[in-house]
Amino acid sequence: MMTDGMDQVRSLAEQKYKYGFITDIEADVAPKGLSEDTIRFISAKKNEPEWLLEWRLRAYRLWLNQVEPRWAKIHHAPIDYQDSYYYSAPKTKDGPKSMDEVDPKLLETYEKLGVPLHERAILAGVAVDAVFDSVSVATTYKGKLEELGIIFMSMSEAVTKHPDLVRRYLGSVVPYSDNYFATLNSAVFTDGSFVYVPPGVHCPMELSTYFRINAANTGQFERTLIIADKGAYVSYLEGCTAPMRDENQLHAAVVELVALDEAQIKYSTVQNWYPGDENGKGGIYNFVTKRGACRGRASRISWTQVETGSAITWKYPSCILQGDDSVGEFYSVAITNNYQQADTGTKMIHIGRNTRSQIISKGISAGHADNTYRGLVRVLPKAEGARNHTQCDSLLIGNHCGAHTAPYIESRNPSARIEHEATTSKISEDQLFYARQRGMSSEEAVSLIVNGFCRDVLQHLPMEFAVEAQKLVGISLEGSVG
Amino acid sequence: MIPEPAERVAARTFPVAELRRRLAARPEADWLRNLRGSALASVEAKGLPTRRDEAWKYTDVGALGVAAYGAAEAPVGTPPAIKSLTETLQLVLVNGFLVTPGPEVLPAGVSISRLDASISAELVQARLGGVLSPEGKPFVALNTASFAEGVVVRIAAGTDVETPIELISLGLPGGEPVAFHPRCLVVVEAGATATLIERHCGKGRYFSNGVVEVALADHATLRHYTLQDEAADAVHVGTLGIALGKESRYEGVVVHVGARLARHEVHAGIDGDRASFSLDGAYLGSAQQHIDNTTWVTHRAVGGNSRQVFKGVLDEQAKGIFQGKVLVERDAQKTDAHQLSKALLLSDRAEMDGKPELEIYADDVKCGHGCTVGDIDEKALFYLRARGIDEETARALLIEAFLAEVMEQIAVGPVREAFAAVVGQRLGGAHLIRRTDDHW
Repeated sequence: MMTDGMDQVRSLAEQKYKYGFITDIEADVAPKGLSEDTIRFISAKKNEPEWLLEWRLRAYRLWLNQVEPRWAKIHHAPIDYQDSYYYSAPKTKDGPKSMDEVDPKLLETYEKLGVPLHERAILAGVAVDAVFDSVSVATTYKGKLEELGIIFMSMSEAVTKHPDLVRRYLGSVVPYSDNYFATLNSAVFTDGSFVYVPPGVHCPMELSTYFRINAANTGQFERTLIIADKGAYVSYLEGCTAPMRDENQLHAAVVELVALDEAQIKYSTVQNWYPGDENGKGGIYNFVTKRGACRGRASRISWTQVETGSAITWKYPSCILQGDDSVGEFYSVAITNNYQQADTGTKMIHIGRNTRSQIISKGISAGHADNTYRGLVRVLPKAEGARNHTQCDSLLIGNHCGAHTAPYIESRNPSARIEHEATTSKISEDQLFYARQRGMSSEEAVSLIVNGFCRDVLQHLPMEFAVEAQKLVGISLEGSVG
Repeated sequence: MIPEPAERVAARTFPVAELRRRLAARPEADWLRNLRGSALASVEAKGLPTRRDEAWKYTDVGALGVAAYGAAEAPVGTPPAIKSLTETLQLVLVNGFLVTPGPEVLPAGVSISRLDASISAELVQARLGGVLSPEGKPFVALNTASFAEGVVVRIAAGTDVETPIELISLGLPGGEPVAFHPRCLVVVEAGATATLIERHCGKGRYFSNGVVEVALADHATLRHYTLQDEAADAVHVGTLGIALGKESRYEGVVVHVGARLARHEVHAGIDGDRASFSLDGAYLGSAQQHIDNTTWVTHRAVGGNSRQVFKGVLDEQAKGIFQGKVLVERDAQKTDAHQLSKALLLSDRAEMDGKPELEIYADDVKCGHGCTVGDIDEKALFYLRARGIDEETARALLIEAFLAEVMEQIAVGPVREAFAAVVGQRLGGAHLIRRTDDHW
């Protein structure tokens, strides 16, 4: 019976990446390599104010003295930072004034991806700030958001239109000195999304951005900043697909979230960058720094991620629970297959009183992949009554993969309660037998079991994403099972 | 990266020249001289680990200045009498020197000798450093380079030894603080069964850096009970290596009540199929005590079983550490491995850091770990108070119950009672946990 399951896994492993295609658009490209000149070029291209250029240069100079972190359980050839383009923007004449002016080839790409732009956007009720390579091309649904006073635009636009907000919050959660990849991002970030939700406003729709790496050899350095003012609520969706490519591409994004008093931010990600082929050739290197600050009283930040892509995933979405009664949540499904490597998890730093955090992590490893959960729960002395519950489960499919768990638990307050549980197992023959006995095919049975394994996480995804996520789980592991 | 300040570097650097001079003066066999020589080279190259070394992230032994402690000299005069926990075969090491080598007449199948005694030369040469290589283990390297006298215990094949063997390490510095390095090799041959009690105690300031290697042949069983009750100013590092043969069993319990800083490090290798390893730990910390339990369990064979339960109670400014790693290699199918760490924090300034790790490369396994940190359950406390028990007694009762799961793993009745008495002595009084140095 297990042979059936194994065959299935093999058939999945052989499945081709479904979103591989390249759009040919003339790119406005910075010279290859990284230097102060590249940074000045990017800054000038984007008409940035002097303070931002200074900030970028400070980051760059620091980065030169930093060393790449080595502690994660990942292996890769050394990255040549000089062998990459740091800026590539689709050519625009004077900037599109309406959707008609947008390069039809771009629109075609979105069609293929199923991004609901113009009418489709309205039908789907999703506002899309679509990032193609590094510059935002079109933003829809602005009118409705503007009525409510919600700012949702590209980072470069925000730098010009809302410099005070950007200056106040940029780098306030992830400082430019934070870590090797965040520092690199601070020096060379090209664009990303900016969201500000004013006090008391409940954002009525899911805000969504599709990131897509397109031009060859262009590293993607997104910078996203989301601020929920007092009592505000926002749900943000991030989804990635990337075209087929043979060379490894570096992706080092930074996401910063700030939640003030009683504000709530829900950040959901479906990450499906090109994982490399079945021999481990190619694929995206995804080194991401994501952090949320629960600054205000009773604020809440919730990260949900479905990680199925990338050759290497290095990502620890974290919460700094500063405000009293604030809540941090992390729900993650990470699926690795073939030669993929994922080292992902979270950090929950309890600073305020009665802060609570929950972590649910599901790792599924198949083929020759390595999947690591790495997390930190730290309770500082003032965090009276803090609570944490962590559940980490790993599922191994096949005998050439690895599943690892490395949690760090640090408590300095006696009234804090921390609980951590982890299990590792495979799909048991008993479970399969039980399902088969009730008339399911072995494919259906595996699908049912894997879905059940991930359910605790998938149920936290917004409706819009749940479908795509389930599909991805299917593509990654269940072969033709629908 | 910021370079380390010079005085911190100095604090971690051993007076290697002095060590080398002592070694040269020792009449030793060439193989031992070579073993010590390579260990010394590694001590010289690496010094003491810092918190930048992942395995030492939470514990900085060098910060307490032990590198500067002088080497202990052989004690003179009659060794102090130590009360046995129960009827045992007692061996006493004072400052790392074997002063009481056990009774003259040993039970059949048991042989005990000094590491350098000629009767055990062949065995020692074959086994010493075989279970625990000094590679990557700075304190094992230091011990290997420096130990004065060690003990070899050998249980002949098929022997079932009823009387426990009690190994006592005493730290008795004269005036100046001293460093010593007790070394013990235990070989349990095929099908044999034995019980080993290990006790660490002393007075004054000293650094005890012990290494125990246990080799279990096929179908062998060892019960191993350790009581770490070092003096309040002592620094204790103990490294235990266990190699488990086919269908062998190791049942260990370690109880920490003493030392200013204690690190108990266990490396267990499940090398034979269907071997079973269990390790339970209990620790009580108060004042500025720092108690670190670090374990590495590596499953290399099919059908192995490992379980670990560690429970700690931390009061005042005490700090507890639990780092446990279970590694299941590709061929170790049907492994069942579990690990649990629970800690009670009794004071605002106490701290607990835990790092339970799983690294798994085989798919048909059952592995899990759990880790909790909290204070005494208010409801349980209320339940007892409502039945007329005063708060202090109620708390002590609950702590005793919390630790009972570990203590119950001690299968030998008199040993269990003796260990429980030591723990009981530290529970109660003004502070829940208090120190006593008078029970030995």
